[in-house]
Amino acid sequence: MWDYIKLVALGVIAVFAAIAANYARDTAYLVNALTIMLVAGGLFLWQVRRTDEPRRRPNEAEYFDSVVRAGLIATAFWGVVGFLVGTWIAFQLAFPALNFEWAQPYMNFGRLRPLHTSAVIFAFGGNALIMSSFYIVQRTTAARLWGGNLAWFVFWGYQLVIVLAATGYLLGATQSKEYAEPEWYVDWWLTIVWVAFLAVFVGTLLKRKEPHIYVANWFLLAFIITVAMLHLVNNLSLPVSIWGSKSVQVFSGVQDAMVQWWYGHNAVGFFLTAGFLGMMYYFIPKQAERPVYSYKLSIIHFWALIFLYIWAGPHHLHYTALPDWASTLGMVFSIMLWMPSWGGMINGLMTLSGAWDKLRTDPVIRMMVISVGFYGMSTFEGPMMSIKAVNSLSHYTDWTIGHVHSGALGWNGMITFGALYFLAPRLWNRQGLYSLALVSWHFWLATIGIVLYASAMWVTGIMEGLMWREVDANGFLVNAFADTVAAKFPMYVVRGIGGLLYLTGALIMCYNLWMTVTSVARKQTAPAAVPAE
Amino acid sequence: MSAQHTKPAKPGEVGTTGHEWDGIEELNNPLPRWWLWIFYATIAWAAVYTVLYPAWPLVERATPGILGHSTRAAVATEIERVAAANAPMRDRLVATDLTAVSEDAELLRFATNAGAAVFRTWCVSCHGAGAAGVQAAGYPNLLDDDWLWGGDIENIHLTITHGIRNTQDPDARYSQMPAFGEILAPEEIDQVVAHVRAISGQDHDPAMAEAGATVFAENCASCHGEAGEGNRDIGAPRLNDAIWLYGGSEAAIRTSVVNARFGVMPGWSGRLTEADIRAVALYVHGLGGGE
Repeated sequence: MWDYIKLVALGVIAVFAAIAANYARDTAYLVNALTIMLVAGGLFLWQVRRTDEPRRRPNEAEYFDSVVRAGLIATAFWGVVGFLVGTWIAFQLAFPALNFEWAQPYMNFGRLRPLHTSAVIFAFGGNALIMSSFYIVQRTTAARLWGGNLAWFVFWGYQLVIVLAATGYLLGATQSKEYAEPEWYVDWWLTIVWVAFLAVFVGTLLKRKEPHIYVANWFLLAFIITVAMLHLVNNLSLPVSIWGSKSVQVFSGVQDAMVQWWYGHNAVGFFLTAGFLGMMYYFIPKQAERPVYSYKLSIIHFWALIFLYIWAGPHHLHYTALPDWASTLGMVFSIMLWMPSWGGMINGLMTLSGAWDKLRTDPVIRMMVISVGFYGMSTFEGPMMSIKAVNSLSHYTDWTIGHVHSGALGWNGMITFGALYFLAPRLWNRQGLYSLALVSWHFWLATIGIVLYASAMWVTGIMEGLMWREVDANGFLVNAFADTVAAKFPMYVVRGIGGLLYLTGALIMCYNLWMTVTSVARKQTAPAAVPAE
Repeated sequence: MSAQHTKPAKPGEVGTTGHEWDGIEELNNPLPRWWLWIFYATIAWAAVYTVLYPAWPLVERATPGILGHSTRAAVATEIERVAAANAPMRDRLVATDLTAVSEDAELLRFATNAGAAVFRTWCVSCHGAGAAGVQAAGYPNLLDDDWLWGGDIENIHLTITHGIRNTQDPDARYSQMPAFGEILAPEEIDQVVAHVRAISGQDHDPAMAEAGATVFAENCASCHGEAGEGNRDIGAPRLNDAIWLYGGSEAAIRTSVVNARFGVMPGWSGRLTEADIRAVALYVHGLGGGE
């Protein structure tokens, strides 16, 4: 029965997508509709061949790890794509001629930039989060993922979101909201996928065999629920036509701006902070083989972080049409957020007490530790930049870009690399990583890359902030905007080189992971009580 | 897997909570004191700050804060302060005859700085930060000696005030070159292009240029002058020098002849004050090409 419902649904979607492609008002919509048609049609055929075939029931005593393996591959793949586009657009900023005339408008900076941000945050970061959620929640509840193949639906559904969004950007479909660029139908689809993700996660928690819920799962649950809420509110829009990609926002003016940055800041807070703290709370104690430093700190900093983060968005809109009171609240809540953020850093670093010697011998733990270090640095820098007096200098400058990248490359990137190195041998049941020396190479290339990137952006950011505000004794502007652009050139080149180093490190990681899976011997130990699939 | 009670700590050691997940345990360490006190301090600071500054939204409006601070009011005050400080000089600039400003060193310095600021804000997007223009787009270079509509201070001032081919202002500079692609035969166009190359001292086919001289005399000389010296009254560019608005290559000249050009500049009288317009006119005049 269930098979037939799926067949009908897939058939209807494929036919509707074909009709939509026929009536499409713009290229982005056309290509997206054709993509959906092909996917639904392909799944329809696949489903027809499977219908009424006998199927092996999954062993409830085994962990559902095949989807985590796919997630690991997707994370590494999208990571390289995102870093590559990022490095490319960094050089486009330094050398505008790289916006090739023959590739207009598809390959210009304006279209590649959202491709880069979405690829690294949502494709790389999102896959890392979904993959580690699935891994961690099973290990810490001692239960198989709930919902049968729903986890596969989440994985492939999320990849479809990425492909639809990315092709849409290149073809010109965008809501023009930073980090929420995908148009309405992609938003609808993501909502369905995300609810399925929540269902798998909560379903697994509910059937857990452990009496308590581990702290990593609090953070992951907070991440899933809050991102759902942010996504729904910030994407309230009316499609101009069901046959076109364009939609109109429900909010307008400063209210739209406020909703956007409530979303934007909490995407940082709950996607890139809470979610990744969930990863940190599992992978660091596992890799260090040490207990978490303080249970009490994890409770207090969790609730403080969850409560305070949601207020901090207005600091993105200091000195704009936003009323002063909202600006004040955004600022003071950002300041109060400093220690709750650092709670995660303390718990991560202090978990290593008694195991500091591993920093010398284990490049994977080194990666995780430097990631927590960058986390601490970014979560200090963030509150500082939210102070209005600092913000009046830093806002709209490259300082913000540097801040974001020390967080994204340092914290999110490094903890994800650490997780991938941790997971690959375990998921494929190998004796260990192919090469620890290559992990060290990755570590140093990435670290030097981040340092070049962040310091270049601090220099240009503060320089251009000072140049913009420079006036003579009579209050007349001293520099033209183009003067600041010209002055930034050398640092833009340094930034591009930093990106190149980071990208090289990621490629080395991919090689290392590939060799781990293909050429390291299987683990010969007795199967665990709950063996992997 | 997990015990219900906290494991008893060994003397001098912190115990764990007794829970265990996939081998992970949690120590019972207290909150670090420094962490807790800084957290309290930020909360106290936030509380005080929200009393001092506009903060908490109520039914009708937000609490104004006992300092009565307003960002908008602060900016308005600052702008007023600077405007008041500059008012005497601005008045002097408006009252002084443009040709006489150069005799008043203090006023000229003020006008040049003010004009540079206006230029950096409003003019650089077309004329470039260095005022060298963009030949590919036909944005004139303001540093050289070639002026389409006149390079003395009065003419620059007039151009900035009303604009060029600006249909919103009847006093704007206006002229239009016909598109000769519809008027001349293809070989006549080839010839006249060769002639223009000849009078501007560039490589050309002498026979073609010879023939082009007649075409030029019959079609172009009425505006551009018999020798191609141009006519500033109607913004007809000088053709017998090495300075080009849209480029002096054969292809660029041919495009100009076939399609004609129609460069537009907005008028600034509605957007900038008279003092600002005078200042930027003096700044441009002082860049090196002013007459």
